[in-house]
Amino acid sequence: MSEKSLLHPVDSCMETQEKLLDVRNLTVRYGKTTIVNNISFDLQAGQWLMLAGPNGAGKSTIVNAVSQGTPYTGRVYFEGSDAARRKPSDLARSMGVLTQGHNVSYSFTVEEVVKLGRYAYSPGIFSSTDDEDEKSIHSALELTGMLPISQQSVLTLSGGELQRTFLAQVFAQNPRLLILDEPTNHLDLVYQKQIFGLIKDWVRDSGRAVISVVHDLSLAKAYGTHALLIDHGNMVSSGKIDEVLTRANLEKIYSMDVYQWMENLLAQWQN
Amino acid sequence: MPSPSYPAGNLVKDRHEGFRILEYTLLGIIMLAVMLLCICAGSVSIPVGDTVTAIWNTLWGQPVPAGISQSIIVFVRLPRVLCVALVGASLSLCGGAMQGLLRNPLADGSTLGVSSGASLGAILAIAFGITIPGLPIGGTVIMAMLFAFMSLVLILSLSYRLDFSLSTNTIILMGVIFTMFANSIISLIITFSGEKLKSIMFWTMGSLAGSSYQNALILFIALAVFGTLILRFAKELNAFAIGEDNARHVGVNVKKVKFAVLISVSALIGVCVSIGGTIGFVGLVIPHMTRMIVGPNHKRLLPISLFLGATFLMLADLLGRVMLNPLELPIGVVTSFIGSITFVIIFYQSRKAG
Repeated sequence: MSEKSLLHPVDSCMETQEKLLDVRNLTVRYGKTTIVNNISFDLQAGQWLMLAGPNGAGKSTIVNAVSQGTPYTGRVYFEGSDAARRKPSDLARSMGVLTQGHNVSYSFTVEEVVKLGRYAYSPGIFSSTDDEDEKSIHSALELTGMLPISQQSVLTLSGGELQRTFLAQVFAQNPRLLILDEPTNHLDLVYQKQIFGLIKDWVRDSGRAVISVVHDLSLAKAYGTHALLIDHGNMVSSGKIDEVLTRANLEKIYSMDVYQWMENLLAQWQN
Repeated sequence: MPSPSYPAGNLVKDRHEGFRILEYTLLGIIMLAVMLLCICAGSVSIPVGDTVTAIWNTLWGQPVPAGISQSIIVFVRLPRVLCVALVGASLSLCGGAMQGLLRNPLADGSTLGVSSGASLGAILAIAFGITIPGLPIGGTVIMAMLFAFMSLVLILSLSYRLDFSLSTNTIILMGVIFTMFANSIISLIITFSGEKLKSIMFWTMGSLAGSSYQNALILFIALAVFGTLILRFAKELNAFAIGEDNARHVGVNVKKVKFAVLISVSALIGVCVSIGGTIGFVGLVIPHMTRMIVGPNHKRLLPISLFLGATFLMLADLLGRVMLNPLELPIGVVTSFIGSITFVIIFYQSRKAG
């Protein structure tokens, strides 16, 4: 079923209910420049979709539009309803976002940042955190290894710790769809492995799915189940990861033999 | 890379965010004690007992014993001190809210140019004689609120165009430029205003001398309405203080909250400026100090800033009254003196933090 799940003809409305996310004819323009041009794709629970392509291809813009952070034309159906019509707090209960850099300026504690992940569950003024909130916060801190330093100021954290704090926040948010925008961009390899490992375990639970924007094609191949290849705002290929990230496809959009290049890089380590 | 910029808040154990009755009672007692001190001290010192008697008896409609100067206590000092306290509380609350909303520790009515905008509105109202029948000060208040909001919107949209992340440098630069712009128009109006000059000069200095109970009532209503609105958004302001994108991702209705907070802040600043003129830097100093003591969580930061702001401004006003006795220094001069030094310290710290 996953084979035909990714790219459907746009007219199959009947199947919307089964899909977690169904993006149709997504177009984003800034002034007269078209950043994303008429892209359609969908996503089912259990899938990890990798958005790949050169710099400026429009990958981040696509995920921004999906999370309702940028104006677009076209439709984004999420859990069977139009995402644009849902209240922010309602949407946040099912959709979480983890971005790359976090530029914190105040000395909030790790726990205070993670706690905000529960905002969507009690957005009112007088609502205080209940047992379920406490449990979610605690397990998110534990899962990401941030429990021992949960009372530390975020200003004192390393880049990797800070990213794990925000990962814990989105885990506490307990969404069904997790959107990642190059979450390990500035991180060392150790942290990269750590973050992707944690997300891989997270998505195993039933009903969950991930979309991530990645630069590193090897990373995409290692963790993704499906992929969407984009160049200059246009879709080049879409489907199962092995069918999309092929030598021919990559050569086409990067105008170089990517596979050969990576092989050369690795070959340096052989002796 | 993040690095510590507020050492005091680095490791705070047991940082509760809930309402702590003891803490607020204590702050309230300190505030009242300072209030009493400010009524007693001045060009003529009055014993505490006499002050309490005069206020108590007036409150219950009883005659004040001879020898106690009821007029100074009840009709001069008390309304003034009340106004000072309310302005201090309002400006601190506004500063704290803006620093959270814009994720910028240097945001304040005076640094963003909102106060100057409000002054311009108030001066236009005076110069062109805009009033509301039955409430002479109404025209000034409304114009100041309106201009405060328009300036805030103008400054923020100009900054957004230049730099989407609203970095400290951009927004402060815009504030400085806008202040200069507003002040140039103010000077122009003063040049042509003739006999109205005296009351207009007052706006540029910032002073609460001669405040009435009517002023205090207007300030109180404004604080009750807009202050409550701001306090309601404490949780959302926490999210904004971490980052606007992050706020959106966790489900905050960013447009609605931003709009509501900006309206409330400009309304409050507008009312304060129309009554007390430009009293700079209170909204910068107090939330900053409070944040160093209790941390950046707005659920505590905002209410505590409210108390400390009132207390601080009453003391600043007292200092202005007694330092060069019998000369009186406008309160705006005192706060700007303290505030500009604090500004440099905060700016230096935040630059080091990168």
